[in-house]
Amino acid sequence: MIDYLWLLIALPLLGAAALVVFGKRIGEPVSGWLASALVIVPFLIAVALTVPFFGEAEPEHVFVFSWIPMIGANVSFLWDPLAALMTLIVTGVGSLIHIYSIGYMHGDDRYPRFFGYMNLFIASMLTLVLADNFALMFVGWELVGLSSYLLISFWFSKPSAAAAGKKAFIVNRIGDWGFLVGLMLIFAAFGTLDFGIVFAEAGTVLSVGMATAITLMLFLGATGKSAQLPLYVWLPDAMEGPTPVSALIHAATMVTAGVYMIARTAAIFELAPVTLAIVAIVGALTALFAATLAVGQRDIKRVLAYSTISQLGYMIMAVGLTALTAGIFHLMTHAFFKALLFLAAGSVIHAMTNQQDMWKMGGLRKYMPTTFVTMAIAWLAISGVFPLSGFWSKDEILGAAFAKGGWFTILWVIGVITALITAFYMTRLIILTFFGEKRWDSDTHPHEAPSTMTIPLIILAFFTAVIGLWNTPVRLGLEHFLEPSFGSVDQVHAAGGLTVWTLALISLAVITVGILLAYHRYGRGELPTEEGGYWAAALDGYGVDGFYGKVIVAPGKSLATWLAMILDVRVVDGFVNGLAVGVRMFGTSMRVLQTGWVRSYGAGILAGSLGVILWLLLRGGAF
Amino acid sequence: MTVTIGWYMSLAAVLFSIGAAGVLMRRNALVMFMSIELMLNSVNLTFIAAGNELGLVEGQVAALFVMVVAAAEVTIGLAILVAVFRRRATANVDQLSELRG
Amino acid sequence: MTEVILFVIFAAVALAGALVMVSARNPVYSAIGLLAAMFTMALFYVMLDAHFVAAVQIVVYAGAVMTLFLFVIMMIGVDKKEDTAESIPFQRGITIVVALGLGVVIILAGSQVWITGNTAFGSPDLVGTIETVSDAIFGTWTIAFLSTVFLLTIAAVGTVALAMFGSKAVPEVESEEGA
Repeated sequence: MIDYLWLLIALPLLGAAALVVFGKRIGEPVSGWLASALVIVPFLIAVALTVPFFGEAEPEHVFVFSWIPMIGANVSFLWDPLAALMTLIVTGVGSLIHIYSIGYMHGDDRYPRFFGYMNLFIASMLTLVLADNFALMFVGWELVGLSSYLLISFWFSKPSAAAAGKKAFIVNRIGDWGFLVGLMLIFAAFGTLDFGIVFAEAGTVLSVGMATAITLMLFLGATGKSAQLPLYVWLPDAMEGPTPVSALIHAATMVTAGVYMIARTAAIFELAPVTLAIVAIVGALTALFAATLAVGQRDIKRVLAYSTISQLGYMIMAVGLTALTAGIFHLMTHAFFKALLFLAAGSVIHAMTNQQDMWKMGGLRKYMPTTFVTMAIAWLAISGVFPLSGFWSKDEILGAAFAKGGWFTILWVIGVITALITAFYMTRLIILTFFGEKRWDSDTHPHEAPSTMTIPLIILAFFTAVIGLWNTPVRLGLEHFLEPSFGSVDQVHAAGGLTVWTLALISLAVITVGILLAYHRYGRGELPTEEGGYWAAALDGYGVDGFYGKVIVAPGKSLATWLAMILDVRVVDGFVNGLAVGVRMFGTSMRVLQTGWVRSYGAGILAGSLGVILWLLLRGGAF
Repeated sequence: MTVTIGWYMSLAAVLFSIGAAGVLMRRNALVMFMSIELMLNSVNLTFIAAGNELGLVEGQVAALFVMVVAAAEVTIGLAILVAVFRRRATANVDQLSELRG
Repeated sequence: MTEVILFVIFAAVALAGALVMVSARNPVYSAIGLLAAMFTMALFYVMLDAHFVAAVQIVVYAGAVMTLFLFVIMMIGVDKKEDTAESIPFQRGITIVVALGLGVVIILAGSQVWITGNTAFGSPDLVGTIETVSDAIFGTWTIAFLSTVFLLTIAAVGTVALAMFGSKAVPEVESEEGA
């Protein structure tokens, strides 16, 4: 059965090719169902292949074909619990989102192409997750970037969408450069890119300096893909894409690639405590920073975008603390509740005929009950309310930060403050959208979504509620499950016993404060006007985009202009033209010899022969 | 004093240079041709003198062949000259400069 | 001694003939000068024991080639005097340098390497009679001789062809300096 692992990637890839080429002929709902089927089948196969891991099975390597054996890069896969978990998340949540899109994208004239790109994404993400060497992982890494670009700028006739796609790709490129440099360093140190060899020999081969260099470069790649400071700027703009895209790529799966990568390469990161500290700090700061930005947004999707950046900050902080299980746990719970939040938001947007401004919503719970209930469950989960999944995973991370002690306690404090702010802005979102007086125009008629859209919501809500119970401090199910993948790494865990419950109570108290503050501000009577000062700055993203524009983009543009207009036109073209002119000048000067008179030619001949005779005689020593 | 081979060779050299000067200085095609004939004759003298000195008959054989070639060349050359004259009514080689670049 | 005197006289005639040929304005005078030079050549050949070649020189060169020259001179126009101005720049200078140079160099260099007293190759009292020469031509050098047959045939055919396909004369135009 394991030999069919390659089907997991081949099926969606085939779907992508078929839908891109023959999409028009396959037509509307069929292409959607076909694409969904090509994700559901891999999900089922993955489930079947994961069951053995609950029975203490060993990780397996599946070799498909050799690619560049010299550098240890082959098309071969590593099937271990971590990969299995990621695969299940990608295909499971992915198939739900595919089914949701059947209804959401109805009426779009590039409908089949959309599903082709979605399938391409699934195939690429699975390549990334299943790879057993850095080269194949990088292939997957780049392909998900490509799919992200294609899907963000899906409605490319809108200039803002096209620009957003470009921005995502270019900012990611900076991260990818870091990743590639890291890869080169790994190859320089180990002579191969195969995971097995690299992780086994990491301790003996790498010096601390080399390990720090490699991990810093890899982390740069992670900041690009997982939208951390300073390369997060593409994620809010990526909301230009259709909502299922935001749900799948920019919430549940692609952005988690950075977290997965760090978890996977933990054997190298372990050797570089400096990098780990940087990772944890960046994660914590990003979480806080993004949370403050989320408070001031008016667009429902942008709140969720900043929320994603913030939650990713939690995950990055976790892997920076070497609390790998906690990070992966939060990755899983986040996938469920964030996908649910986005899909529900999509349902709302769909109902409001593409209106995304929360200030024009209000009181929708009467019109969209299913959406409301499922979104409320997600709201409670992300805020970290007991006993939903977000509570368990977030507190696992905070507990690990606290347990690490020393100055890491500051990170714990940052995490708690961020949790407060998270509760606040999520409650704000729920209240503004579903409660209060209706503030929309008279020509909008909100209605509940069709069942292709609501059933995925219900399924996701179920998992959001219960999945957390897999890894409670009492019964560390996930920890145990991931043992074969992380066994060799020295993980940090939340301290057991009284400490963890005390910390949990502190978190719950803080969250309650956040929810109550939001209720107090928005839930009773008149809504405050949020303009000027902080609110304007938040809408502008604190001016970071403008700053990047002035400091990085503008010099880049002027350099490019200089190169094109001056270097290319004057120097390069000038050199080439100069060569031509030089040849012509030489020819013109040689023209003098062509007099057309026989006698001058004769003179030349005789003069030349006199010269030859002289030379021969001199050489022969005649004089 | 006797007439050594050096005398003949020197005379041949002088005749050769006079012929060369004639080729380069005169514009009349016929005179140019005749100068070339003079140069060929001086070479013949060289051959014969050397053959005589070495006691080989090959010197005279070579001179004979040079004479044959010169005769053939004169034939063709004069035929060309006549053809050119028919067209251009001039024997001035400086006016035949179409190949001027 | 007589040989020296004869040599000097004949050399003077040859040189005079050559100089006349080069400097005469009337092409007929040039032809006569060349004729004189060629006669003296024949005399030199006799002095060098090349009797057969001397005879051939008279018959072929003086008899046939110079006659041909004179025919063409008559045909082309005898009376025209060419002007003495030189139209090509530096031509006079180059000519003097080259011609003098050639002459001087050959004499100077040759005077060191004239073959002197070396009779190792052939017999010292060889006389170029018809027998000896024809032995060589039809014996050792047959192929060269046959090649000259070809050469002469081609020359003859070529001449006839040129004569037959010539075109009508174009009236003389102003001197055209090429563009």
